[in-house]
Amino acid sequence: MAEFKEISPNASATEKLTNWFENRFPTAFFEYKKHMSEYYAPKNFNFWYFFGSLAMLVLVIQIVTGIFLVMHYKPDAAKAFESVEYIMRDVPWGWLVRYMHSTGASAFFIVVYLHMYRGLIYGSFRKPRELVWIFGCAIFLVLMAEAFMGYLLPWGQMSYWGAQVIINLFSAIPFVGPDLSILIRGDYVVGDATLNRFFSFHVIAVPLVLLGLVVAHLLALHDVGSNNPDGVEIKGPKAPKDAAGHPLDGIPFHPYYTIHDIFGVGVFLMVFTAIIFFAPEFGGYFLEYNNFIPADPLKTPAHIAPVWYFTPYYSMLRAITTQMMYALSLILVVAVAWTILKVRMPGFIKAALAGVTFVVLWTFGAFGITGIDLLQGIDPKFWGVVVMGGAVIILFFLPWLDHSPVKSIRYRPSWHKWVYAVFVVVFVVLAYLGTQPPSPTGQLVSQVGTLFYFGFFLLMPWWSRLGEFKPVPDRITFAAH
Amino acid sequence: MKKILLTLIAALGLATGAVASEQGMAWDKAPNSTNDLSSLQNGAKLFVNYCLNCHSAAFMRYNRMKDIGLTEQQIKDNLLVSSDKVGDTMKAAIDPRQAKEWFGANPPDLTLIARSRAGHGGTGADYLYTYMRTFYRDPARPTGWNNLLFPNVGMPHVLWQLQGEREPEFETHQEHGQEVKVFKGWKQVSAGTMTPLEYDQAVGDLVNFLQWMGEPAQNSRVRIGVWALLFLALFTVIAWRLNAAYWKDIK
Repeated sequence: MAEFKEISPNASATEKLTNWFENRFPTAFFEYKKHMSEYYAPKNFNFWYFFGSLAMLVLVIQIVTGIFLVMHYKPDAAKAFESVEYIMRDVPWGWLVRYMHSTGASAFFIVVYLHMYRGLIYGSFRKPRELVWIFGCAIFLVLMAEAFMGYLLPWGQMSYWGAQVIINLFSAIPFVGPDLSILIRGDYVVGDATLNRFFSFHVIAVPLVLLGLVVAHLLALHDVGSNNPDGVEIKGPKAPKDAAGHPLDGIPFHPYYTIHDIFGVGVFLMVFTAIIFFAPEFGGYFLEYNNFIPADPLKTPAHIAPVWYFTPYYSMLRAITTQMMYALSLILVVAVAWTILKVRMPGFIKAALAGVTFVVLWTFGAFGITGIDLLQGIDPKFWGVVVMGGAVIILFFLPWLDHSPVKSIRYRPSWHKWVYAVFVVVFVVLAYLGTQPPSPTGQLVSQVGTLFYFGFFLLMPWWSRLGEFKPVPDRITFAAH
Repeated sequence: MKKILLTLIAALGLATGAVASEQGMAWDKAPNSTNDLSSLQNGAKLFVNYCLNCHSAAFMRYNRMKDIGLTEQQIKDNLLVSSDKVGDTMKAAIDPRQAKEWFGANPPDLTLIARSRAGHGGTGADYLYTYMRTFYRDPARPTGWNNLLFPNVGMPHVLWQLQGEREPEFETHQEHGQEVKVFKGWKQVSAGTMTPLEYDQAVGDLVNFLQWMGEPAQNSRVRIGVWALLFLALFTVIAWRLNAAYWKDIK
């Protein structure tokens, strides 16, 4: 334990008080230095670096508004819809709290998507930050669960049927599926039991996990240090340091980035506030019109779409049809044939590979074209679920998929930027298509988009190495403001 | 690259076009302004007299109508069914089971109808404004009424005495080798107590009230929003200059 520090009796009252606390709770002072006043961050952060702190801000907004909503909300199938309208009408400022929470949900995903994209283009997931990235992906996954369960609570038509559709997806899993979906619902259809357990998960269980992961994300980040737009290490053994051992290219997080982030908070809050007060439904994207109709288990809406932040994955789910499974089977056959012909390995491994491929093709339903029942494989709906889940899970593996010799997009071959641009366009198009009713053209586009999305990640070990890379500077590029 | 993008955009255009053509008839623009108190009051009167018999507004309290310029006494005297209290929500007297028997479905709650009916064709108010003005006589229907916007609707034309009876006129022409019926205009069969212009205005007031009832806080929301944004603009400018002051020594 640290030594007890005496202070001069002539010291000011503030100094005495500080000393009193420092002797009794040194951890607070130590951690404050470690994470704030002596956490050195690269000084060349650009606007992309606002979104981390903004995600934290939105998390706080969601927790605080959530606490107030729970004071008036009733997790009861007979009263839930009514209690939300009670909040909107009779609770003083209830409408504001509710709109903050509903807009906050969408804002959370906007901010998190941008934050993840920042990591993607600047290589922030590369060694030694793999765990920071993995914790981040886990946060994203948990956030999706949180949003999904929260969306049921207003008990409108979209809440109800959205939950019904998504939970039914689990029943496509062979053998355990039907029982699993009953376990999730607590009933044979979405009902009061479902609402109660989703409420419990949404307000306490999932937020606890979320907070724990956020702490892990930040602690891991502060252990390895922040990346920056140049992808140059400022704390490495070769990086220049001052007499005190602090990196020359870094500055203390507090006050420099705290004040910087407050400016970012101001800009963000202006957009956030404008939506809350002037367009809280945001054209039916943040609050779906159908959700102003109370849940009716007997009346299925003509068109069920999840909220916009799930629609890219929903599009991928809908893209998996029998035809798509044939296309995937063909791709698998080509990939395996190429591996067997081009890669050196013992014959028995090749034989095993071919055997496994054969079984996988059978489960894909590739031989279903023969019309024989036994060869139909597993329902494409199941593969749709696999693709939808895989689209998120694949993000976890990014640190080992990217083999580019440089971290940042700045020093990659110019055509890489186009690959990222198309990736963004594909993601947005998939999101748009997911909000629309199914159409033949839309389905074809979403199938191409799904192939591109997975190609982007699965072929990354190859394409990320191709092209002429630019020389990476020894130190960050920074021009004084 | 560009080609791919263009193809994608073209494909999207096709997709949205296909959706748009499924929407049916176009919605008329509702003349609603939820700041017009006399229009809202007239709408409230029409709502209570014509709609509330079958439809509830179960999340709306009578005394909330103080927000549209009515006093509690006025609400009690003119808008309240005798058995209700002024702090009660607006519940229809109709028995749901009988309603189902008469109309084939329980009349939906109207509190949020202007919010829930919004869609690709326009706002919920536009939908309702169009709906209430497209009823026509149809002896084939059990109620004797049908609707252009909502074909085979269960609801009869409640305001028919105001509007009178009308019939739609169609023009048939060939399109892609098929005979297509296109709506041309209305034929007044018998006159109502209102002229067509007065009727449109009355429906406008009613829809205006429904729009307001969907979210009674909507006008104060916008007013407060302006102040919130002004404050944030000031806050952001100060944060921006403070940031510049801190960062000026970082070279």
